[in-house]
Amino acid sequence: MYPVAVFLLLFLNWVVLSGKFDAFHLGLGVVSCLIVTYLSHDLLYHDRKKGLERRLLEAWSFLRYLPWIIWEVVKANLHVFKLAMTKEGYEEMSPRVVTFETYLKTDFAKFVLANSITLTPGTITMLIRGDVFHVHTMSQFLEDDLLTGAIERKVAEVFEPESLKKT
Amino acid sequence: MSMIDFQVIAASGEVSLFPLHLLGMFFGSLGLVFFLGAAVGLIRFPDFYTRMHAAGKGDTLSTMLMLTGFGLVTMEDFSLGSWLLFVKIMGVVLFIFIASPTVSHVLMRAASEDDEMPLTEADGKKSSNKGKKRN
Amino acid sequence: MIEYFAIVMGAALLVLMIPVFYRIWVGPTSYDRILGVNVIGTKTAVLLVVIGTLYDRVDMFVDFAIAYALLSFVTAIVVSRYLNRTISQKEMETREKKAGT
Repeated sequence: MYPVAVFLLLFLNWVVLSGKFDAFHLGLGVVSCLIVTYLSHDLLYHDRKKGLERRLLEAWSFLRYLPWIIWEVVKANLHVFKLAMTKEGYEEMSPRVVTFETYLKTDFAKFVLANSITLTPGTITMLIRGDVFHVHTMSQFLEDDLLTGAIERKVAEVFEPESLKKT
Repeated sequence: MSMIDFQVIAASGEVSLFPLHLLGMFFGSLGLVFFLGAAVGLIRFPDFYTRMHAAGKGDTLSTMLMLTGFGLVTMEDFSLGSWLLFVKIMGVVLFIFIASPTVSHVLMRAASEDDEMPLTEADGKKSSNKGKKRN
Repeated sequence: MIEYFAIVMGAALLVLMIPVFYRIWVGPTSYDRILGVNVIGTKTAVLLVVIGTLYDRVDMFVDFAIAYALLSFVTAIVVSRYLNRTISQKEMETREKKAGT
């Protein structure tokens, strides 16, 4: 199943980038996508034990996760704009480093969590060592918001729902 | 095709799709505003880490907004070619949405492992502890 | 209408790139400089799409924009690796053990 999924993704990429629909170009696309799939189909999708339904569920919940993260990006930009433009915002700035430990297991979930932390207002992931995240924050109240773990819960809802049920 | 036909077609296309173009121009101008915030922050903020905040976030959102705006503006008719173009531009947007936080994390990590000093006193203590542990 | 919008947009992008160039020129550390280079790289991708709108060949210029965005991403990662060699997690732990005992 997974090689077929990789082939379909590559072929979709080919069609979008080439933009020609005659038999010659589509045939070239099929041949080259087959070669690439044969050579390197084990690079994408690390965990091969999950079934198709689980993957589709993940994709659907990831689509529901996207509007929230986009709204967070807009809030983060308004925060940066306020800090850069006004004098009061500039004075309230107090950068420091916060350390916390996550319960997410897989590497991909950690990657999504790190990128989400970077995109939420006032925080940037600085260093990840195993389960420990070092986060650089801009001001005090945003830091409290981070430590309650709202972002972590959002990511865990998408990728590891079983870790939420335990706690 | 005579000149009049051409003008009629152009005018009808312009009128029927005007809200889409207006939305695209609105997105582009919003992206410029956020890029202004990022540029001013890049000048005004005191040290590297806070400048990274301004650049990482402002750059992500303003590039995404501007590219989406131009994708909407170039959407002249709903033919297959223009849909392919729109999907390509959204591919660039998706790539930047993934790549820009990764770049800021990579630069942040490289700077924090260097001798670069954070701003406050607490940070100074933490980073000096880290340095002792590592070496 | 669209041409005027594209011209105004490109000029405003160029004007707003001046502060970033100032940061590259002055920047106290080399990290500031590579940060500015990365910002200008992503904005150049936008500028290529603007130029494509002006010449009415967006389908061609979008490919350049994709290539440029990829190139600036790889450049930032390579330069940060060059400036400071990041070590793997295992190596970090073994060094900590050595320092601790």
